[in-house]
Amino acid sequence: MPGLKDVKTKIEGVSKTSQITQAMNMVASAKLRGAQEKMEAFRPYTEKFTAAMGNLSGGTEGGNLPLMEIRDVSTVEIVVVTSDRGLCGSFNTNIITAAEKLMRKYEAEGKKVSFVCVGKKCNQIFRKTGKVRAAYIDIMGTFQMFNAREISHNVSANFTAGESDQVDLVYGKFHSVAVQKPAIEELLPIKPIESDGSDASSSDEITGAYIYEPEPGEIMEVLLPLYLNVQVYHAMLEVGASEHAARMTAMDNATNACKDMISELTLLYNKARQAAITGDLMDIVGGAEALKG
Amino acid sequence: MAQIHLEVVTPTGPVISDEVDIVTAPGHGGEFGVLANHAPFLSTIKTGTLSFKKDKQTKYLMISGGFSEVSNNKITFLVESAEYGHDIDVDRAMQAKERAEKRLAQAMQKAEKMNLTRAEAALQRALARLQAAERSRS
Repeated sequence: MPGLKDVKTKIEGVSKTSQITQAMNMVASAKLRGAQEKMEAFRPYTEKFTAAMGNLSGGTEGGNLPLMEIRDVSTVEIVVVTSDRGLCGSFNTNIITAAEKLMRKYEAEGKKVSFVCVGKKCNQIFRKTGKVRAAYIDIMGTFQMFNAREISHNVSANFTAGESDQVDLVYGKFHSVAVQKPAIEELLPIKPIESDGSDASSSDEITGAYIYEPEPGEIMEVLLPLYLNVQVYHAMLEVGASEHAARMTAMDNATNACKDMISELTLLYNKARQAAITGDLMDIVGGAEALKG
Repeated sequence: MAQIHLEVVTPTGPVISDEVDIVTAPGHGGEFGVLANHAPFLSTIKTGTLSFKKDKQTKYLMISGGFSEVSNNKITFLVESAEYGHDIDVDRAMQAKERAEKRLAQAMQKAEKMNLTRAEAALQRALARLQAAERSRS
């Protein structure tokens, strides 16, 4: 049976840990709200953007635009987006595993793979493979549109230079506060976007075709890089929200585990205390009996 | 007077959604104006000043790159950023302009293409900000 003092120190230690995890849980939930708001604010932009792209690709044969060029694939670039910080359960590990699986798949097909890492966590892992072409770290906390722009410029320049023939994006998708799953999307070459038909194309029939300024092809040339931005930014937003949600759950679990442990230790402490008291009493009684004798 | 619905949407959220009389914007081929019941139209937008008139009042916004779409008596701007002229901090914009000019000169000297385009874009944004701020004051 461990000593009284040992148990007491341990209880204090665990309860301090639980204070920290509880605080982290609350910080994460506050940050999650912010991240979700950021996501909500971005939604109208993406929706309108995709609708307009759909409209536009109805009027053009995208064909020879550099970002839509389909080539025989010999090099695949994988853009991995994770968080900068850990302590969020298996969230980052899941993304990294998904990216690794993708890498192995491509390499089995005899393709070369390079990585662009966004977020410290994936960089830490993939740095060891020596395949990281670019890394963007310490931006996940405060990123803005221009961070996404920098990344997508880099990726698309590499693509148009022929250094990569396909670009995939792996990130953590935010399904709900409880569920975040890794998601894989193809970034480049950009596939023609189907018009979703609803409000835009039906109005076309009434009001006639669009006037384009400049030519649809030229507009596409401006819009495609923007579209890439939108996708990268979107992925970063998803990861931002997922990270905080995952941390909330992880810290909640940790706090619960601490509570369980404290109650177990308290039991142990009380038992030890009881045993000590019983022992003392026995001594006293024994002593008294001896004196009577 | 017939009105047209104006919407300006940026990645950080919608900036304006209102019925207005006329919209003027810096399009690919120069400034263009849009009145109610305009034919469907799609144009890329350069960094510059967007203005619209409502109740005889003209308001100015600084917008940076994107595109606009007109359909169904509605004009939508999808731009990377938008700021009301009267919200712009002139001193800060001035500083940004000077910074951009310095960077531009540096990039020119070293002939760095990447930095050159970036500095140019920054300068354009700063100038557009100043212009929008100035116009909404006068």
